[in-house]
Amino acid sequence: MTLQECYALFGGSYEDVSSRLPRERMIEKFMLRFLDDASFSQLQKNLLEKDMEEAFRASHTLKGVAANLGFASLTKSASELTELLRSQNPDYSDAYDAVCRDYEQVRQAIESYKAAAGGQ
Amino acid sequence: MSDNGKQTVLIVDDSEMNRSILADMLENEYNILEAENGLECIRMIQQNGLEISLILLDIVMPVMDGFQVLEAMNTNRWIDDIPVIVISAENGSSQIKKTYDLGVTDYIPRPFDELVVRKRVVNTLLAYAKQKQLMELAANEIYEKEMYSSLMFNIQSYVVEYRNGERPTHVPNVKSLTQKLLEKLCEVTDRYNLTPKDISLIAAASTLHDIGKVMIDSKILNKPGPLDPEEYTIVKTHTSLGYQMLQDLPVDQKHPLMKYSRQIARWHHERYDGSGYPDGLSGEDIPISAQAVALADVYDALTSERCYKDAIEPDYAMEMIESGQCGGFNPLLIQCLRDIRPSFDEEKTNMETPVVAADIDLRQKTFEQLYLTTATTSRRSLRLLDQERMKYSFFASMSKEIQFEYTESPAMITFSKWGAERLGIPEIIMNPKDSPVIASVFGNKVWDRASRELLETTADDPDITFTIEMNVGGEMRWYRLIARALWTNDIENQYIGCIGKIMDVHDRYLEDARLRQKAATDPLTGIANRARARELIDMDMENDPAGTYVLIICDVDDFKQINDTYGHLTGDSVLNALAGELEKSVRQGDVVARIGGDEFLLFLKMNTEPEPVIERIYNQVLSSKQPVPYTISMGAATTIQVREGYEKLFTAADQALYRRKKRDGKGGFTVYEPDRDYESGDLTPIDIENTKTPDPGVMNMEGEVV
Repeated sequence: MTLQECYALFGGSYEDVSSRLPRERMIEKFMLRFLDDASFSQLQKNLLEKDMEEAFRASHTLKGVAANLGFASLTKSASELTELLRSQNPDYSDAYDAVCRDYEQVRQAIESYKAAAGGQ
Repeated sequence: MSDNGKQTVLIVDDSEMNRSILADMLENEYNILEAENGLECIRMIQQNGLEISLILLDIVMPVMDGFQVLEAMNTNRWIDDIPVIVISAENGSSQIKKTYDLGVTDYIPRPFDELVVRKRVVNTLLAYAKQKQLMELAANEIYEKEMYSSLMFNIQSYVVEYRNGERPTHVPNVKSLTQKLLEKLCEVTDRYNLTPKDISLIAAASTLHDIGKVMIDSKILNKPGPLDPEEYTIVKTHTSLGYQMLQDLPVDQKHPLMKYSRQIARWHHERYDGSGYPDGLSGEDIPISAQAVALADVYDALTSERCYKDAIEPDYAMEMIESGQCGGFNPLLIQCLRDIRPSFDEEKTNMETPVVAADIDLRQKTFEQLYLTTATTSRRSLRLLDQERMKYSFFASMSKEIQFEYTESPAMITFSKWGAERLGIPEIIMNPKDSPVIASVFGNKVWDRASRELLETTADDPDITFTIEMNVGGEMRWYRLIARALWTNDIENQYIGCIGKIMDVHDRYLEDARLRQKAATDPLTGIANRARARELIDMDMENDPAGTYVLIICDVDDFKQINDTYGHLTGDSVLNALAGELEKSVRQGDVVARIGGDEFLLFLKMNTEPEPVIERIYNQVLSSKQPVPYTISMGAATTIQVREGYEKLFTAADQALYRRKKRDGKGGFTVYEPDRDYESGDLTPIDIENTKTPDPGVMNMEGEVV
């Protein structure tokens, strides 16, 4: 699996990320490290505990990280959730579901990429 | 600028990922420091100061955000010296404007571009470097102007000297000696109330002391040999003539430089005992400026060659002055001359040309004026010493350190005042080795351990450090003890004692423990994560290899549907509730962990058959208060059937779970039996790194054995 194919799997924009981060190895390195990034689980925890201020920050961080890596669909859903949490809108549940779905998609695609790369 | 000559960039961002990406872009050209929130950033600035050349700052951060950092940097004026580039996903124009108002140099929106980041960092560093250069340029210009005016001053006095037939070193010598005499005088007495600026002005004014001689016939001035009484009378008038000349000049007469110049021109031949001219003043009626120049003039005249005499040896010149052969001088000034003479004589012989000498003098004076505005050198250094002492004891008390010093002979330990108070013990304790007071605070073993380790230290590695729990005021707290052995400097190299300090690390120690815990914990449910579970299981099986254990893997039936139907918020709370129930259903010391999306692991030590226990756990979960109704499936394996260690045990439990879901039906549990036929499970017992984590929902909904 190539990086481009992996990005296509989860609705990422490889064109965008490669124009900003011209070194392919760097993109790969940080894409793989996204699996260890704490911002999503932080968001999960904060929402469970109803700590809305921290949840906003976690969502904001997730959005920033995703944007930098060109994870377009996750960036979009995380942005929407961030804005809802910023304005303390109580109807954020659907937006959170979208983030979870997009996150899961990214995670699975990266896992597959990793498995394919490991198998070579 | 650090040791390797690279500039240092501080990256402040709460996301480790973002910091790494930025560090990756910049680490070839710069040293990188990282801070994970605003408070950390402030601490780094305080620690590293101007070592930091630039800060890349995120805005939205926990604990202390980017705006608060900028406000603190403004309050402390750090922003003047350390440029800040904000990198943020905050794209509202009011936010951006606010950061600019707070003095940031540039703003980079997220997602950022490698080229843009690097370019802007370089540009900002260049701009700041240029600004610093400009400031240095301005400072140099001021210095140059100072130097020109000083040079003009010197040229004028050389012209006078030249006409008077004196050596061109006389004026700079008198100036330098006057300066030194007065500085010394300020060290020994407060009586004359002179500031460093006054002393500088008097030294400058001293260059005009013989200005009146331009009115005297040069034939008399340059006459070889002694003057006759009439000629001498004429020469003596140079004092009042000089005074008159200066007073008639159309310049600001009130300026201190003019005031000192007039005093010196008129009275530099007066003597303390009243034997001088032109006015026969005595004692303190003679201004101190003129007293100092008079002595400097005589000493230099005696020790230099003149047209009418040879140079006199400095020691002999000093004797002549002390014995009153040149008239009486202020005894304090004579004492000062005695003290400073060695350094002056040396400088005098080292002088190559007077211009260079004057220049050195100016540089030194500029320096001193910049740094020593209120006191003379020695007083300042005394005050600095005092400050150091004060600072030392202040910080010692602030840092909550207990300091001590121990000597072998006599066997005695001394604690700092604060330390003794903190520990609730006397400041001095004799024979600490056998002291019940020491034992009650430090315990019985610490003394022997410390002594033994101290004796084993070497000159290259003289310190010992250990963490101990101490009884302080009835409370047990963790402390860190650092001590350094002291040895005699002779050949025998005997151990003579030690110095050290004891720091309260209780909170940090607990915090470390908390962090270790955090790294091993699943963030959502707060129970152990997969890696931690493995560690705990290995420990259990190592501690009691003969024990009987059961390993249970459990997952939520149709978890994907729960997420899809009720939303992920509800799904998260199901996982959290299940973790809580599982934890409640086992004994303390058993292992409960979340090992995947909706997969949990239990590891229990068994005394009886496993089924009743598993059934109890299963029922407890089902009967618990559930956020939404859900069921679970469990697969278990015991070390009775599977004896080949953790990995085999895990695989067996996973296979049992798989069988339960595919054949026996969801909602229930299956225990592994070796003679049955198993499909392989989806989970592998190996570290998650190598695991293709399945989507459990998809697996459950297939409903069939593949």
